[in-house]
Amino acid sequence: MTISSGKSGGEERPWTFYALAALFGAFLAFLYGPMLVIYVLSFQGPDGGVTFPMVGVSTSWFADIFKPGQMANIPVSFSRSITLATIVSLSTVAISVAAGLAFRRPFAGAGLVFYLAVASLVMPSLLVGFGIGLGFRFLGLEPGLFTSALAAQLTWTLPFGLFAMFAVVNRFDRSWEEAASDLGANSWQRLRHVTLPILAPGILGVAMMAFTLSYDEYARTTLTIGAKNTLPLEIYALISSATSPTLFAIGTLTTAVSFLLIAVTLLIVFYTQRRRGLIRAG
Amino acid sequence: MVSRYDVELIALTKRYGESLAVDCISLRIPTASYCCLLGPSGCGKTSTLRMIAGHEAITEGDVLIRDANVAGLPPTRRGTAMMFQSYALFPHLSALDNVAFSLKMRGVTKAERHRRAREFLDLVRMADYAARLPAQLSGGQQQRIALARALIMQPSVFLLDEPLSALDPFLRVQMRQELKRLQRELKISFIHVTHSQEEAMALADLLVVMEGGRIRQSGTPREVFERPASEFIARFIGGHNVLPWKNGRIAVRADRCTLGAIDGRPRVAGRVAVIEYQGPVVRVALTTDDGGEAAALLSDEVFYRQSVGVGDPAILSWPAEAAHELMQ
Repeated sequence: MTISSGKSGGEERPWTFYALAALFGAFLAFLYGPMLVIYVLSFQGPDGGVTFPMVGVSTSWFADIFKPGQMANIPVSFSRSITLATIVSLSTVAISVAAGLAFRRPFAGAGLVFYLAVASLVMPSLLVGFGIGLGFRFLGLEPGLFTSALAAQLTWTLPFGLFAMFAVVNRFDRSWEEAASDLGANSWQRLRHVTLPILAPGILGVAMMAFTLSYDEYARTTLTIGAKNTLPLEIYALISSATSPTLFAIGTLTTAVSFLLIAVTLLIVFYTQRRRGLIRAG
Repeated sequence: MVSRYDVELIALTKRYGESLAVDCISLRIPTASYCCLLGPSGCGKTSTLRMIAGHEAITEGDVLIRDANVAGLPPTRRGTAMMFQSYALFPHLSALDNVAFSLKMRGVTKAERHRRAREFLDLVRMADYAARLPAQLSGGQQQRIALARALIMQPSVFLLDEPLSALDPFLRVQMRQELKRLQRELKISFIHVTHSQEEAMALADLLVVMEGGRIRQSGTPREVFERPASEFIARFIGGHNVLPWKNGRIAVRADRCTLGAIDGRPRVAGRVAVIEYQGPVVRVALTTDDGGEAAALLSDEVFYRQSVGVGDPAILSWPAEAAHELMQ
């Protein structure tokens, strides 16, 4: 990242700089402020409520999540969400990598296929979910986590995966593959030893993106999920029925999971990129 | 019977849709020779190389390598190895693993392929850099790794696509010598694509000048330089004046031209337009009286004895045998 320093030249910054900086500051406060409040309040004392002031500090609301009772469904729905997100992530990677490689060579109808796939992004999520749910009922199929909900989430993650892979594949030098063929690799060896390893950081990025998109998907999932809730659906149900700092604790915990995932992925990507010298150190 | 030619191209043609990239060229490259395909960009030289390598489908014609027709074969089964303009080193593999890649694909054990790869790193004097990733190597070092990686295949023909164009001028001359040394030691044919006439002249046993998808002239660098077949070649090869003469045009070597009229020698008159000091020689360029251009390369000694300045009228003359007629 480069930050140009107007100051170093001894120049005065125009007033617009400060106006825009203030706007950006307000945006950050708007973005992170409420979340910060939630994280702080999740450590509310046992006698405190859902608003400030803090009445002591405790982790009792976190403990509450794992007690039997009202919150009993949280751990179960969490593991459902993780499982579903993993499957969504793997499917998205498999399909978008294959599509990304295929789209390098122009074929008849390539544009049409691409726009049809990407059109899903502009369709209202609720309608897509509604349509899939209805379709299942119409065909007499039971909607479920790994059938209709999986399909509904893929309609959301795949277009993103495609976009990302197109960008990744665009930077892929064709002569790497030609060199591999020249050096005696068959097409399978070429994919295994050259194409995939070189694309790996990008593929990892797509996997992570698909995972997080699935992990907090609500609109498409709610009408296709059937009887068993994912975590976002469960939390939404709780918000409308119960109000206690436990909700905040759940928020903090799930955010921690997301951040951990992102941090690990970024570390891996950064490390491999740096090893390959795409980011110059020092 | 031992083949007399490493590579034969027979009426080789490449079309991309409507446009003709290579137009029915035929060429024979004798055993163990250094062949340079020289031409401006878009002349079809790279397409020709890629058809020999098998990275480009042949539209029409045949490619023979040591008498075997390889036209339909995949790159690996042609006995060729190619070095790419970008080197195409695998960024995720160390120098050693890059060199050992082809052996790994053939299922050679790790210990054996690393041993062989080290031999080839030695050959290109890169043994100390075995563990480095490509990004940690300079352009010249990357090129040596690319060389070793291709040569470990023990090809009968080695194909090089603009191998020196990414290097700085000093390194370019050094690598040029290295390539020639390798070719002599390995006793295989190198086919080297370049747009630099200086590079081609320095390296080639067989110089092939291409333009517009066709071979315009081929021969030893000396043959081509002394008898350029056309105006295009005379200009592209450099060092020649192309002058209108009688009903046609002639090429006159600039280094054989002198300033001042000499009895019995052909001449043109004009005014000095540019004087360039080039170290061992000084280039004096004239605008001739009929609006053309002609230059003399004078040794600095000769030049400073004569003292001409920009704008002076001058006469350029040459011995008759330094000129020859060009094809229309």
